[in-house]
Amino acid sequence: MDKDIKRLSLILLMAPFALWILLLIIIPHVGIFLLSLREKISYKEFTYGLGNYIEFLNEPIYWNTLLRTGSMSLLVTILALLIGFPVAYYIAKVARKKSKGALFLLCLLPLWVSELIRTFGWILLLRETGVVSGFLQTIGIIDQPVEFLYNDVTVIMGLVYTVMLFMIVPLVSTLDGMDDAMVEAGYNLGGSGFTVLRRIIIPYAMPGIVAGSIVVFMLAAGSYLTPILLGGKNSSWFTEQIYDQFITRYNWESGAAFGFLLLAFTSIVVWLGLRLTGQSLATTVAKD
Amino acid sequence: MEYDLTCESVCKKFGEFTAVDDVSFQIPSGSFFSILGPSGCGKTTLMRMIAGFESTTSGDIKIKGNSVLSLPPNKRNVKMVFQHLALFPMMNVFENIAYGLRCQGVGKEEIKRKVQDVLERVSLPDVGSKEISQLSGGQKQRIAIARCMVLDPDVLLLDEPLGALDLKLRESMKIELKLLQHQFNTTFIYITHDQSEALVMSDNVAVMNQGRFEQIGTPQALYHKPASAFVAGFVGDANRWSGRVVEGADGAVKVQTDGGLSLVGTAAGGSLSGSGTDVEIFVRPEFITVARAKGDAPAQVNGQNHQRGVVDSLLFNGANSRVLVRSTNNQLIEADFLLTGGTDDLKPGDAVDLSWSIERSACFQAARG
Ligand SMILES: Nc1ncnc2c1ncn2[C@@H]1O[C@H](COP(=O)(O)OP(=O)(O)OP(=O)(O)O)[C@@H](O)[C@H]1O
Ligand SMILES: [Mg+2]
Repeated sequence: MDKDIKRLSLILLMAPFALWILLLIIIPHVGIFLLSLREKISYKEFTYGLGNYIEFLNEPIYWNTLLRTGSMSLLVTILALLIGFPVAYYIAKVARKKSKGALFLLCLLPLWVSELIRTFGWILLLRETGVVSGFLQTIGIIDQPVEFLYNDVTVIMGLVYTVMLFMIVPLVSTLDGMDDAMVEAGYNLGGSGFTVLRRIIIPYAMPGIVAGSIVVFMLAAGSYLTPILLGGKNSSWFTEQIYDQFITRYNWESGAAFGFLLLAFTSIVVWLGLRLTGQSLATTVAKD
Repeated sequence: MEYDLTCESVCKKFGEFTAVDDVSFQIPSGSFFSILGPSGCGKTTLMRMIAGFESTTSGDIKIKGNSVLSLPPNKRNVKMVFQHLALFPMMNVFENIAYGLRCQGVGKEEIKRKVQDVLERVSLPDVGSKEISQLSGGQKQRIAIARCMVLDPDVLLLDEPLGALDLKLRESMKIELKLLQHQFNTTFIYITHDQSEALVMSDNVAVMNQGRFEQIGTPQALYHKPASAFVAGFVGDANRWSGRVVEGADGAVKVQTDGGLSLVGTAAGGSLSGSGTDVEIFVRPEFITVARAKGDAPAQVNGQNHQRGVVDSLLFNGANSRVLVRSTNNQLIEADFLLTGGTDDLKPGDAVDLSWSIERSACFQAARG
């Protein structure tokens, strides 16, 4: 009796979660996967096969875009880590208790406005007639308007700015748990500042670094608005290809295949990253 | 004599607050020195200044005769065992010990040899490949010491390293630490607020209070010849009464306690300022003799204080058992008494005579304020 009640309450508790997983994750993915295997012969006539995937491999522009998206996302991840680590270290170890919350809030600020508004902010600043170009002309560094938009640097900058918080939060939480005495012990035993950073602080923060990097990489590779708006039509972001197949060409089958390829590609990169750093999902996400 | 560590008038101020106030001492090579003081008296701050994590406001710190004030922490040959040990959890035992050697650029083979050597000396030869989380509390302790000792430091600082251990382990580690110190023959500076740790292990003890050193001496000297009321109260147990001088200033003085006991004590820690002076009187329980009351009044012997009372309660603790006696004027006095478990043991309610020598009744001028 008691056991039944327990089981019932467990089922009731888990039901919304299971429904969510089933309806929003499993069913659509199975659907898309099936869709990606379908090949159109003629109107309302289909066969099943790997044709859509073969088409992807045969067309260099497709897999070049995927590789480009992957490498740029990796660059975004590395930049976010390089900028985020000192910031996180400052928030977790240097800042006093009172200012911690305020600093955290400052990092949160960019996420307060929608991605669209945020990106338009960048456009206002960087376009040919924008604030930066105007300012540089006023102080005489350049003598005619310069377009800062629609290049890779701008895309990467915009992405780094968007994903920064997702790097900082896991880093702060792991660094917060680090005993100051451990750093002091590192110095006391004769380590230089660099040794302490390399042998003690970074290994200790590794779970946070990996967790943050996974999230940031996924977000960057799967982002759509920022690369399109800041990179223009030629940004060659893979999500744009997917959108193109689905909406412009109305070729749902190959769009679905592309979607699956993106998922597989990012998963492989994450797996490689975990292998290289010697971490596992269990140690990074479900840290004791 | 050669001194491993010398502090000269070291001061440390945090803003207006003085954490360490004009501390000077010298530690001979190869000795076990303890700094004993209540929580918040500045022990850790002093230690951190020696290790270089905190700057001094004034004064000088010398290691082997050379001032180290201008050296950063990683250049001082002073190693530290932290209160919570601060072992590196992401390295195994071998890597933890090898860390310092790697920083010095020692070769691979020599690192292996030295680590194995030091592991043997702390009697844990087989734990090299274990993770830190697999060690017991006492083993972690020894690894933390090994990690420092492998670097052959001039001075080893230990900041209450036994604080995190349970009582039983603490007792055995006390003896082990002393043995390790003998074996390595390195100067140990041991910080604690537990007087029994300091007394058992040390060659010399400094008693610290509110940033100042009250007294430096051997454990016996501190116990039997305390220089101040604070030391007398902090080191060892004592009956403590406050009172007023009735007669005398040097040597034997007649005093009356606030609770109404009148006794003769010995002026300690300098002479008192004559009759009417507020004093504090300390008498250790083991110097009070308890006897069953005979006759109408306690027998008088020269050079002794006498007091008649009734046993209030027995405090049984094996060989350290005590009786709590309520005197005729309602004062509680603690005295050592061997309770054998036989029929002639004292029982609450028994009338007893207490006596203790005048020399063992130390009177200190009470702090004004
Ligand atoms: N960084 C600091 N800033 C301001 N005050 C400090 C600082 N560090 C220590 N203090 C103060 O200095 C005093 C001595 O501190 P310290 O840590 O040396 O005490 P302790 O003797 O080690 O005490 P415990 O036995 O509790 O460890 C304390 O009153 C503490 O509040
Ligand atoms: Mg302390």
